[in-house]
Amino acid sequence: MPVLVYTENADGKFKKSIFEAVSYARAIADQNNTSLTAISIGNVDTAELSSLGNYGADKILNVSSEQLKNFVNQAYASIIAKAAESEGAAIVVLSNSFSGRGLAPRVAVKLNAGIADGATALPQQADGKLTVKKTAFSGKAFATVELTSDKKVISLTPNTYKVEEKPTGAQPENFTVETNASDFAIMLKDIAKSTDKVSLPDAEIVVSAGRGLKGPENWGMIEQLADLLGAATACSKPVSDAGWRPHSEHVGQTGITVSPNLYIAIGISGAIQHLAGISSSKVIVVINKDADAPFYKVADYGIVGDAFEVVPKLIEAVKAYKASS
Amino acid sequence: MKILVCISNVPDTTTKITFTNNNTQFNSAGVQFIINPYDEIALARAIELTENGNGSVTVIHVGEAANEPTIRKALAIGATDAVRINAPAHDAFFVAAQIAEYAKENQFDLILTGRESIDYNGSKVAAMVGELLDIPSVSVIKKLDVEGNTATVEREIEGGKEVLSIPLPFVAGTAEGVAEPKIPNMRGIMSARTKPLTVIEPVVVTTNSEILVYETPAPRGQVKMIAADDVAQLVSLLHNEAKVI
Ligand SMILES: Cc1cc2nc3c(=O)[nH]c(=O)nc-3n(C[C@H](O)[C@H](O)[C@H](O)COP(=O)(O)OP(=O)(O)OC[C@H]3O[C@@H](n4cnc5c(N)ncnc54)[C@H](O)[C@@H]3O)c2cc1C
Repeated sequence: MPVLVYTENADGKFKKSIFEAVSYARAIADQNNTSLTAISIGNVDTAELSSLGNYGADKILNVSSEQLKNFVNQAYASIIAKAAESEGAAIVVLSNSFSGRGLAPRVAVKLNAGIADGATALPQQADGKLTVKKTAFSGKAFATVELTSDKKVISLTPNTYKVEEKPTGAQPENFTVETNASDFAIMLKDIAKSTDKVSLPDAEIVVSAGRGLKGPENWGMIEQLADLLGAATACSKPVSDAGWRPHSEHVGQTGITVSPNLYIAIGISGAIQHLAGISSSKVIVVINKDADAPFYKVADYGIVGDAFEVVPKLIEAVKAYKASS
Repeated sequence: MKILVCISNVPDTTTKITFTNNNTQFNSAGVQFIINPYDEIALARAIELTENGNGSVTVIHVGEAANEPTIRKALAIGATDAVRINAPAHDAFFVAAQIAEYAKENQFDLILTGRESIDYNGSKVAAMVGELLDIPSVSVIKKLDVEGNTATVEREIEGGKEVLSIPLPFVAGTAEGVAEPKIPNMRGIMSARTKPLTVIEPVVVTTNSEILVYETPAPRGQVKMIAADDVAQLVSLLHNEAKVI
């Protein structure tokens, strides 16, 4: 019974988190000695679709129509569920993206499947049992969940599984499914792209700043540092509550949970609610003028100093490093 | 407009999370429980949308009697009435099935949940209720306006937002931006005591997931301090030692 992976696209392109999901699904297929089918919905061109074969997809299903160009939750969920049925898939993998969060539970209900959302590791499988580790308590803990149903849906947290190349040479084939008119009740009126160059949930490096920055006018240096590092910008809750930065940047227990390779926290105290959302970062750098800030307890590297002096120096140091490498 | 708001009972955000029974159970000893912060946003918006007698807000909670203070708080904030499904919230599907069952019999124009609970972080209930009722769902919304039989919502996407138009009824998971949480006032607290809180027995649902064990993140090593006038060293460590740039 093959594994099915849903490959979400952004403007016709697959992001790294999707290749992570395909690599992850490939490893699950290997655990079960079975094949991997990828399904793409929306208008993605052949070259981009074929790239799914580089990460282990044995079969690439393409569902494309004008009506499906933009994400429509109900219609997409029903297509994925129908593909899972026609492929006889027992396990469906998705990325735990904003869209994935709306889709995966609907797919699970349609398939009568148990769901493990926000998985952070490969499942363990033995005697037909499948257990998966996922974050809980907003990153303050992990839970290992057993899915007791026959069919299973797993959504993968971005940045928690390595992209692995495994070329299969698979070529896309069209897949047609009937959709119901009622699946298109939600109408897209407008898309507003933020000016951020890197989206926070997918970012490998995050430069984050807190109330220590004193005001929105001081974010120029944060953006400049992020730009240099190819990082996304983030902030603490009081910063977004004050309207200095958009809510979509607020990281923590009641904000976005991130798991980048590098999290740089500038002028953030490290309150328990903030730490909750960032604790699975691989490396944490803290810059704070208070040597007793709680953040140092979880940091890997720390600099005690005034952000207004340290950050400009850091920008220069990163520039020098870039110039020399 | 009849709005159903789903609320969950979660450990206060300052809680240090620990486990008992060989890490198989959350240790609730000494833990203060609150309304899930995102559900408070949903509740606040529901109250705004029904202001001036323009409808009603029912809160629904799947959980045991011990959680009633959380429900009373929602009533004190301004919900019209409350329903408690008398069963431990086993998993998201169990909860969603109970909510969907109640919603089927009581016809709501709008069902709101928080975008996720801060304990199990599922963000699954909204979409599952939508699927079970065969109505649209949007999982993370940042703005919600209703005019007549149509709502305009903003949905969060990676790197931006989408503006969507959705016919009622539908289910949505609310996030910041939708409303500011409300604080109960004295009048609200007094009237909450007399507002109806109905207890309903659960419908039978086969649950399909089981948490076997919990763990807390591995402790980090000691922080390496770098002098403020030697940031070049930080860059070099990030490159050579940590290998993250
Ligand atoms: C229900 C609830 C949920 C919450 N959820 C979240 C959440 O999800 N995310 C979150 O972040 N918070 C959350 N909080 C808030 C949290 O408790 C803290 O208030 C918040 O994280 C503090 O933000 P901060 O560190 O930016 O500000 P502060 O606590 O004001 O700290 C500012 C820091 O900047 C330092 N500083 C000041 N000036 C400088 C300078 N010139 N250079 C360098 N350093 C300087 C100070 O030493 C201090 O450590 C929540 C709170 C509640 C009640």
